[in-house]
Order: sequence, then C-alpha cells, then structure tokens
Amino acid sequence: MKKLLIASLLAVTAGAWAQTTVKVEDAWVRGTVATQKASGAFMRLTPSANARLVAVESPVAGVVEIHEMAMENDVMKMRQIPGLDLAAGRTTELKPGGFHVMLMDLKQPLKGGESVPLTLVFEDATKQRFTQEVKAPVTALGGGNAPMPMKPGADMKPGMEHKH
Amino acid sequence: MPHIVRIASPALQRMSRRRVNTWLGAAALGGLLPGCDQPLSKPPAAAFKGIDITGAPYGRGFALTDFNGQSRTLADYSGRVVMLYFGFVQCPDVCPTALTRAAAVKQQLGADAAQLQVIFVTVDPERDTPELLRDYMAAFDPSFMALTGSPEQIKAVADEFRVYYKKVPTGSTYTMDHTALSYLFDREGHIRVVLRHEQTADDYTADIRQLLAEKPV
Repeated sequence: MKKLLIASLLAVTAGAWAQTTVKVEDAWVRGTVATQKASGAFMRLTPSANARLVAVESPVAGVVEIHEMAMENDVMKMRQIPGLDLAAGRTTELKPGGFHVMLMDLKQPLKGGESVPLTLVFEDATKQRFTQEVKAPVTALGGGNAPMPMKPGADMKPGMEHKH
Repeated sequence: MPHIVRIASPALQRMSRRRVNTWLGAAALGGLLPGCDQPLSKPPAAAFKGIDITGAPYGRGFALTDFNGQSRTLADYSGRVVMLYFGFVQCPDVCPTALTRAAAVKQQLGADAAQLQVIFVTVDPERDTPELLRDYMAAFDPSFMALTGSPEQIKAVADEFRVYYKKVPTGSTYTMDHTALSYLFDREGHIRVVLRHEQTADDYTADIRQLLAEKPV
C-alpha cells in the first residue's frame, strides 16, 4: 500500500513536469542592416505551471543571451540575466524597455518578412528542461517597435488562453 | 528578481549629475565653439514637455565626422531645429526605439519635417563604421544623419553633453551602457530642451513645434 502510494505520487510529479507547456505569443525579431551583428527578439510567454526560461538558441546567431534593459538616471543599461522566472498562468512580456532575447554574432542580416527560428529552453518546477520551437517573424528595422500585425487568432490554441 | 534597480530620476538629480572630466572635454571643445558664451535673454515661452535647459553651460556643440566622411559642427545645421541622440547600432532596444520615435515625430511634423534635423552620435566608433551608420540611418529615415569620430573625439563630445557611456562585456562581445536622452537645439544652435527616453513622440513633436515657432531674435 505504501509502495503504491509512493509510486502514484511519483507518477503525479512526473505527470506535472511532463505537462508544463509555455504559450508563446507575438514573437518578433528586430531586423538588421548589412553589417549589423546584433539584434533583439521579443515575445510574450505564459506557462501552464511555474517555469523558468534558462536559454535560447538560434541558428542565425553565434551567441544568444537573455537580457534585461533598465534605465538608471536616464542611462540605458543592458545586462545578461541567468534566467527569467515565469509564474503559472501569468504572462511575462519580453518587450522594448524590459526583457529581450539578445542575438549576437549574427551570421546574416535579418530582413523584414523573414522569420528566425528560436529554440526556447525552459526549466519546470522540478528543474526538468524542455524546449519549445518558435518561428519569430522579422519586423524590418525602422518598421516599428512591435510585431507585424498577426492574423486574428493565429497563435491561440484551444484551452490555452492566458489567465491574469 | 530584476537585478538592475529602477530609479525614478527627478530633474534635480539629473541636473546635478557631473563627471570629473566634463570640464576637460568642455575645455577641449571650447576653442572650437566660438560665440556660445552669451546667455540667452529670451523670455520663457510655454512650458516644454521635456526639461528646459535654455542657457545651460554644456551641450554647446560638437566637431565630428558624418557617415560620408565630411567634418560636421552644429553650425552646419543652423536654421533647423536639431535633435541629437547618442547611441550605438548593435543595440536591440533603446536606440531603434528612439529612432523609430524620431521617424514618427517627422511624420507628425508633416510639412515642417524638413525643418528638423535628427543627428545620431555613435558611442561605439569601433564597431559603427560609416557604412553601417549610413545603412542604419537609412532604415529609419533618409534624412537622419549619424556622426562618428576617433574615440577621443567621441569622448570629448559626450563629456560636453554630460553623456555617460561605457563598454560592458557580454558573451564574446560587448554592449554599451549609455545616456538615452535626446537634446533639442533651436534654429540658432542653442541647446534648449532635454527629453527623456520614456517620453512619447507627441511630447517630442510638441517641443520641436514650439522651437520651430520661435521668431529669430
């Protein structure tokens, strides 16, 4: 009986991490010009359970980091952070003026209308890692400070609407 | 969790921010900037959305090189309102946001757009080559000008404007911390207004319109 209880507890725990998913919305990357070597990616993340964004990978960049921008006495400071905690059901925005994914050592210019593959690496509450692939459309440099307008409902999955 | 403390910065704090070498830079530039010593005697107009720094003893001008290799000083833009911003191209956030806003301001100015000259001064002359600066400006607006110079020249101009910038290593490369203020000059080349990064295009446009509306002395 005791063994059964432990087994079912383990099963529940295992089930919990296996099911953690993160909804990724409105991902976009700022375009670059010819010899520009760095840019930023932005998006909204809503996890089904507490999770942490710990890394991002992309074939277009030699180095990808998670950064925070802050203004301190009108001085812009940008720093790598080791990870970004995401609370269950809450939407965390990576947007200009806050967090962003820093793409460095770009291997090619990023043109408006293209899309950039990103692999988001998350840790769930039990430190298990899971990944999610995103194709982030490029907003041409000078084409605004937001993602290109999305098709209505394009990124909404049934039963995954975010809660506040 | 955010490890950078966000500090609301009151005007007083900003105005009192000084760096030891400001005066060295100011002195170095002083010889290049004749006729900037007389205080402005204009009566105060309606309040600016930004901070009115009319008569400030700094930000009197610059001597740099544009992306076409031509030497430039503030006098080259006399007759127009100049908006000056310091930044760098490998910047994912504030610099493109500021330039996007500057392009929006030009749109808002409509028929008066040609009366505004937007100038971007790189604080990263090592990586921001003239070609890169030209391409980068063109992506926002064909009229935007970018200036560069030797590291010493950039330092002197930044000091003259009390602009802070610093290389910060990250990964295999570096990023730049830098002051993200925009400086407005009136048509006669006097520094008048400082606007903060958090302010809207509407705020910028209002202050530029106010400067454009001033009658020459």
